[in-house]
Amino acid sequence: MRAPLAAMLHLSLLCAGLLLSALACAAQYVKYVTIPAASFRTALPPDGKSASAATSTFRMRAMPVTNGEYQSFVRQHVEWRRGQVAALFADAGYLRPWAANDAFGPHLHAGQPVTHVSWFAADAYCRSEGARLPTWYEWELVAAADEQRKDARDDARWRERMLRWYSRPSTEKLAAVGKTAKNLYGVYDMHGLVWEWVEDFTGIMVSTDNREQGDPDLRKFCGAGAIAVGDRENYAVQMRLALLSSLQAAYTTGNLGFRCVRETREKAS
Amino acid sequence: MTRQRGFNAVVALLSCVISLLFGLADPAHSISAPLPPDSIYQLPVTLKDQDGKPRSMLSMRGQAQIITMIYTHCSYVCPMTIETLKAVDAQLAPDQKARLHRLLVSLDPKRDTVPVLKKMMDERQLDAKHWTLARPAPSDVRKLAAVLGIQYRQLANKEFNHSSALILLDAQGRVRARLIRLGQVDRDFVEAVKAVLGERPRP
Repeated sequence: MRAPLAAMLHLSLLCAGLLLSALACAAQYVKYVTIPAASFRTALPPDGKSASAATSTFRMRAMPVTNGEYQSFVRQHVEWRRGQVAALFADAGYLRPWAANDAFGPHLHAGQPVTHVSWFAADAYCRSEGARLPTWYEWELVAAADEQRKDARDDARWRERMLRWYSRPSTEKLAAVGKTAKNLYGVYDMHGLVWEWVEDFTGIMVSTDNREQGDPDLRKFCGAGAIAVGDRENYAVQMRLALLSSLQAAYTTGNLGFRCVRETREKAS
Repeated sequence: MTRQRGFNAVVALLSCVISLLFGLADPAHSISAPLPPDSIYQLPVTLKDQDGKPRSMLSMRGQAQIITMIYTHCSYVCPMTIETLKAVDAQLAPDQKARLHRLLVSLDPKRDTVPVLKKMMDERQLDAKHWTLARPAPSDVRKLAAVLGIQYRQLANKEFNHSSALILLDAQGRVRARLIRLGQVDRDFVEAVKAVLGERPRP
């Protein structure tokens, strides 16, 4: 009696172990690229005036998270299936185009970026990958690059290219990830595919001017509600900021997806 | 007979293993009655209070409270937050005051360690029976702020700018009222507090 019991237990533990390691392997296939520490001109100066933003070295997903990847995630994490997720964490549009609660179905493709996901859902997905959402500065740094340059933002042709995408109707069917030009870091789709969640999107509308704290008319914020934005000529970035600052964490829309970043052990000097 | 018992044991052990593998990550599954879909107490976040005791959001169920986010290095608005909470208290009957809890959660857990929170409790003479100062894990701050609708941003000088609303939660963790402007007592907010305290606890 004892022996078969022990054997079955062993077998089940072994199976569970294999399953877990298979999952771990699958997770490792996701490509992340290293983004070296940087200091750069930002549309959201940390002092509200003109200070540079600084980021430590981190690793960023080369491509946004896809329908196929998100489907695997909801199959493992029942609480993130459509129909299961609490209203606190995602609005009624969550995964709306999917054919089933745990399947994107025949009308979507595994390689398209997942959209109709809330900030909470994106955060949970990234954590499941041992990662987190990028901060605005991390996203902005990588988005400033084109194919040859770290910072292409002052190039009129680059801005033109951005604007062409931002003026395209959002009703078009989404292309698969990884089809836009690879930028200098080896990252795809920073522009030209979907909008992306950032970890600190709720901080964008908050003024950076501390002196305003003493004004009794401005007590809603410690500071004013006015957006303090530098780099006003960069419309593509302005549009991102305007969109992000209009969101709530449970919102979902058809052209808003996400990618994740990982910490590295190297620190910025 | 023994075979049957052995089989039962295997089933029990297997279900243990399975629930350990898949269940641990999801504390929400361990309670019977579901919380309302908009309840903040669903948030899978555990705070540490001023005595270093862990406090999950779920464990706050059954407690009507006013919650807000602060950081102890703040020189202007955070003292005003406490003053405003005390001003709300002044509008309540003693039994109402006793049944309402006040939870101040740090936006700055890196600097607001347990001893720092404890010190603030003592300096401000806050009674631990009705007040809690707590810190989330640094990676949970934005999530907690998001469910509360609190916006914040850390500045270059390590100060924070943040929206400083007082948020009234009922016993089930639903947001029932917000006090956006500090420094003055809002009659609607006080009425909402009284209404929430007058509600019978639901099973």
